[in-house]
Amino acid sequence: MDKRKLEERIFLCLMRISAGLVFTALLAITGTIFVKGFNSLSISMLTQVPKGGYYLGKEGGILNAIVGSLLIGILSTLLALALALPITFYINIYRRGRSKFAYYTRFSLDVLTGVPSIVYGLYGFLILRFLGIRASLLGGVFAVAMLILPLMCRTIDEVIRLVPKDLLDTAYSLGSTRLETIIHVLLRQISGGIVMAVMIAFGRGIGDAASVLFTAGFSDYIPTSLLQPAATLPLAIFFQLQSPLPEVQERAYASAFILTMIILIISIMVRMLGKKFSRNVIR
Amino acid sequence: MAAGRITKDRIARICMVLTTAAVNIVLLLVLLGLFAKSGPVLKQNNLLQLIFSSEWSPLKGQFGLFNFIFGTFTVTFLAIIISAPLCLLTAVYLSEYSSRRLLYWAKLFIDMLAGIPAVVYGVWGVLVIIPLIRDYFAPLFGKAVTGYSLLAGGIVLSIMVSPIIISVLLEIFSSIENELKESSLSLGATKWQTVKHVILKKSLSGIISAVILGTSRALGGTMAVLMVTGNVAVIPDSIFDPIYTIPSLIANNYGEMLSIPLYDSALMFAGLVLLLIILAFNIASRLMLLKYRREV
Repeated sequence: MDKRKLEERIFLCLMRISAGLVFTALLAITGTIFVKGFNSLSISMLTQVPKGGYYLGKEGGILNAIVGSLLIGILSTLLALALALPITFYINIYRRGRSKFAYYTRFSLDVLTGVPSIVYGLYGFLILRFLGIRASLLGGVFAVAMLILPLMCRTIDEVIRLVPKDLLDTAYSLGSTRLETIIHVLLRQISGGIVMAVMIAFGRGIGDAASVLFTAGFSDYIPTSLLQPAATLPLAIFFQLQSPLPEVQERAYASAFILTMIILIISIMVRMLGKKFSRNVIR
Repeated sequence: MAAGRITKDRIARICMVLTTAAVNIVLLLVLLGLFAKSGPVLKQNNLLQLIFSSEWSPLKGQFGLFNFIFGTFTVTFLAIIISAPLCLLTAVYLSEYSSRRLLYWAKLFIDMLAGIPAVVYGVWGVLVIIPLIRDYFAPLFGKAVTGYSLLAGGIVLSIMVSPIIISVLLEIFSSIENELKESSLSLGATKWQTVKHVILKKSLSGIISAVILGTSRALGGTMAVLMVTGNVAVIPDSIFDPIYTIPSLIANNYGEMLSIPLYDSALMFAGLVLLLIILAFNIASRLMLLKYRREV
């Protein structure tokens, strides 16, 4: 047989094996979490806060962590959005996208995306101590907002870059200022993209543990003000898994299942919304 | 009336400039903040001693980070050694050999997994990888271990970073012009020869930067590593021994750091070291990737 053909065969075989391995591992993760987590899930976990001795295997649930995570996720996403919109508008509309300043901003956003969440957590903690606030919902919101801001900016930025320049030029030629162009033309074009960016950032923010570890604290109650500590799902998983009692570990699996489900639902919604919104956009 | 509109535009512009400028200095602020806070520990010990000493006893005021830095690098290295070849072969297979349908579904699946939080990977590691190492791998080498080890950390991290590496690789491969592949094929090269001499050659810097990007992700992967590596600050003798990484050190000690003098400062310094290492990797990778961005 031809040597070239043999090489081809060997490598094709290797590629199939590695693709198989990678996908088996990834499937195994989802599979294990689903099977293990679903079996240990109960209604009371979803509807109750931890009662006395919960971490020793007694009654209760993790409603506090679910609510805490959702609150931190929603508030930090809103905060990040309020910052991301001006930034992306500025570099794309006021500075015609390709300027040096826009280039540097994109670069620093990319670098910020790579900063690990534990560093944001540590920095958030530093700021909280500087301001004299203890670990609280507010602290968690700030740390997570910092974590997801670069990701959100880059996602919205990509969407804005897809908007045809002619469309904006038409608006300018009709005499609108840049601000009016943004509000009346651009926002309609990219509304779907913004929704997607918000969902992606929310998914990332809700799952992150290291950034809320120092900043949001942990409590057994649902926070009623911004200055109270809040429990979060990733940390609830972490703490429950550290317990030596099998009953409590089971709850960690169930919590991991809940968190994974929330994130998968968001991920599917992003895809569906992406299709729905792209219908009304002028290309 | 017209003046009002222009004033609004100007005000909006100023607000936007300020936000954009702010995000550009965030990194600087983080670096400065961490540096300022690590001042006290830097005053007490010299820099080289902090980095190269392996004596970590906060109560005696000894803060040698060497074992932690070593642990961070070895677990990351192991993860990349496992995942880089597998991801490269998988990405080549998906982009060059597989059907469009398979590629579509694989991409969908990979995108979804990229969003799964680290803590879930950690749970899976504890559930599956730890018992596997304890009951099967380690006994093969005649060792009785708990399973919480360098190897477990390496495996979990390698799986955790593979979605990001594969998706960057796929993007890079899809940016190669079809004409290039076709001319190679029309000269009589086999598909694999085309992959080897055209695709891999053309995208070499992209592949390197994808791997570096994965590396920087792995370096900062806190939760998953914290849950499976055992967290013992020694230089491991084998891959079945536990290790301790910088992110785990920071995450594990947040409770105690205010009660021991200089401890919080030492942890801030550890954070600064981690951030600087990751920034170096990250900037290198981004600079290499920019080339592709500009072409697209």
